[in-house]
Amino acid sequence: MMRYASLAGVLLGLVMGDAAAEVSGNLIFEGRGFWQSPMDERQVDSALSVSGEIEFYHEWDEGNQSFTFKPFLRWDQHDPMRSHGDIRELFWLKAGDDWEVRAGITKVYWGVTESAHLVDIINQTDLVENPDGEQKLGQPMVKFSLERDWGTLDFFLLPWFRERTFPGVRGRLRTEPRIDTHRAEYESSAGQYHFDFAVRWSRAIGDWDLGLAHFRGTSRDPMLRMRLDDDNTPVLIPFYPQMDQTSLDLQATKGDWLWKLEAIHHSAKGNTYNAAVGGFEYTLVGIRDSQSDLGILAEYQYDDRQQNALTPFENDLFLGLRWTANDAQSTELLAGVIQDLSGGGSLFNVEASRRLGDAWKLSLQLRAWFDVPKKDLFYPFNRDDYMEVTLGRYF
Amino acid sequence: MFSRHLSRPSLGLLLLLLVSPLTAVALDASERGLEIAREVDNRDAGWHDLKAEMTMLLKNRQGQTSLREMRSRSLEVPDDGDKTLIIFDRPRDVKGTALLTWSHKTGQDDQWLYLPALKRVKRISSKNKSGPFMGSEFAYEDLASQEVEKYTYQYIGEDDLGGIPVFINERDPVDPNSGYTRQRVLIDKERFIPLKIDFYDRKNELLKTLELRGYQQYLGKYWRPDEMFMQNHQTGKSTLLTWKSYAFQQGLGERDFTRNSLKRAR
Repeated sequence: MMRYASLAGVLLGLVMGDAAAEVSGNLIFEGRGFWQSPMDERQVDSALSVSGEIEFYHEWDEGNQSFTFKPFLRWDQHDPMRSHGDIRELFWLKAGDDWEVRAGITKVYWGVTESAHLVDIINQTDLVENPDGEQKLGQPMVKFSLERDWGTLDFFLLPWFRERTFPGVRGRLRTEPRIDTHRAEYESSAGQYHFDFAVRWSRAIGDWDLGLAHFRGTSRDPMLRMRLDDDNTPVLIPFYPQMDQTSLDLQATKGDWLWKLEAIHHSAKGNTYNAAVGGFEYTLVGIRDSQSDLGILAEYQYDDRQQNALTPFENDLFLGLRWTANDAQSTELLAGVIQDLSGGGSLFNVEASRRLGDAWKLSLQLRAWFDVPKKDLFYPFNRDDYMEVTLGRYF
Repeated sequence: MFSRHLSRPSLGLLLLLLVSPLTAVALDASERGLEIAREVDNRDAGWHDLKAEMTMLLKNRQGQTSLREMRSRSLEVPDDGDKTLIIFDRPRDVKGTALLTWSHKTGQDDQWLYLPALKRVKRISSKNKSGPFMGSEFAYEDLASQEVEKYTYQYIGEDDLGGIPVFINERDPVDPNSGYTRQRVLIDKERFIPLKIDFYDRKNELLKTLELRGYQQYLGKYWRPDEMFMQNHQTGKSTLLTWKSYAFQQGLGERDFTRNSLKRAR
């Protein structure tokens, strides 16, 4: 982190010295409230938090080369593990006629589905940010892309591994016992310095978009091993095995229907499985003669490890509604439920947002877990139903 | 182009119409309308590629305003619809969002949306063309590539718009997902450019009027408006779209309009 910081400082100086640099960012104030008593009395019932992100961007060579630096910082009232910083992006890009290279720290997204993101494995999850796992840590990489008639081919060299973030003792939305991230273990003796590789081919053919990828290296998804702390209390230690993952993502866009599929074959020592998520999004345009749209989402999640899966999604159904007002304030609402069909619990989720004026945005998130069985991975979240309100200023 | 009109009535009615003198007039009117639309298209052909900046001032009935800033890049595709990339700069919470459209003369357009916070490229349904663009009074279809094949035509007559002689040409969108039954287009007789368009909703009631103002000629050939003012008569809302920094033939090519290029669009 220190090395990163000094390098970033030098580059920041370079960028700031140039008047052509473009600066943008946000400052987001957040409040979370939990209305059930926690599993562990050290955990808090409410928390205030502030996060900020700035992006410096500079391009030259008629836009064929650019430099991006995007640091992120969060402060949390109670949880020092959630108070953290990250370099989301710090990379150089060069684009040729039918190729592109990116070198540095950046983020990549793969996939099409909404309720689970199986194929998206380049970046580590910044789990303290949000339990939905959609926030990611910056990943050091060299990415080379070829764009040809037969599709786009991306090659990734990933020289350094990022460990997943987990909430601390006082934070909610954590496991019980807590996870001690300082004692992470690796299958590879190279640890965080293991060199990972990935390759991906993607192409749009008519109204089909498809991607095929293979990843070899350190699993982004740790296994949790029970250990004893210094004072003989149990803790969970993240263990990062080596793995191979082959993936397919597919979307067919047929009028008002979007048909989606993500499938993976994952193989690691003693942990080989197949998983898939697929479904549709159907949009009713201009409901009741208004300007607003209503989307109906349904996805089924499958994992052939069934009850032994380290993921809570092994035989689950997701149903959701997405309402888009199409107004000047970009008002949106997404409500959904994920139901475990093998007798497990369910997760209820609401996300809403609306712009205030030209520069502010108000968002609301509500999550509640129901009837989660004790052996389920989400069981510790059972008492962590919460509401989150954020007010962000964008510049 | 008028095959759609002809295929609807039954064969008997069709034969009846063919022998009636009225039909000759109707066919003439649709042929004449198509001819004008083709001439508009022909005179604007060959621009190859274009970069421009756009500002949208949204105003509601109470007079409250909201500002949008975007940049657009377009590529002329001779045998098909044009390709367009729109990059959003303002409001700031959507800065960096980009919309790529491959329009087609027939069938649905292909559309991808890039969400910079997630770095996600999302293929979206282009069927929702009647929906508002960025909360404005412009629908997606109003800003889409205006291909001749997307409408059937009916020549109405001639008129005078503030001293400028115009053709009145009515056009019906071919796509059943269009939000309009018809559009009444006033076209400058001399320059063959649209000056005003009245949009009629699905109930055939006047919905919006678009005024295209401040045309300037570029490269000695291509006319582009400085302003496009859209007034919604039913809601009282309006949007003023201002175009700036038109730059033709900037060397853009196919590679600037791919899904991958969306991720580096600035």
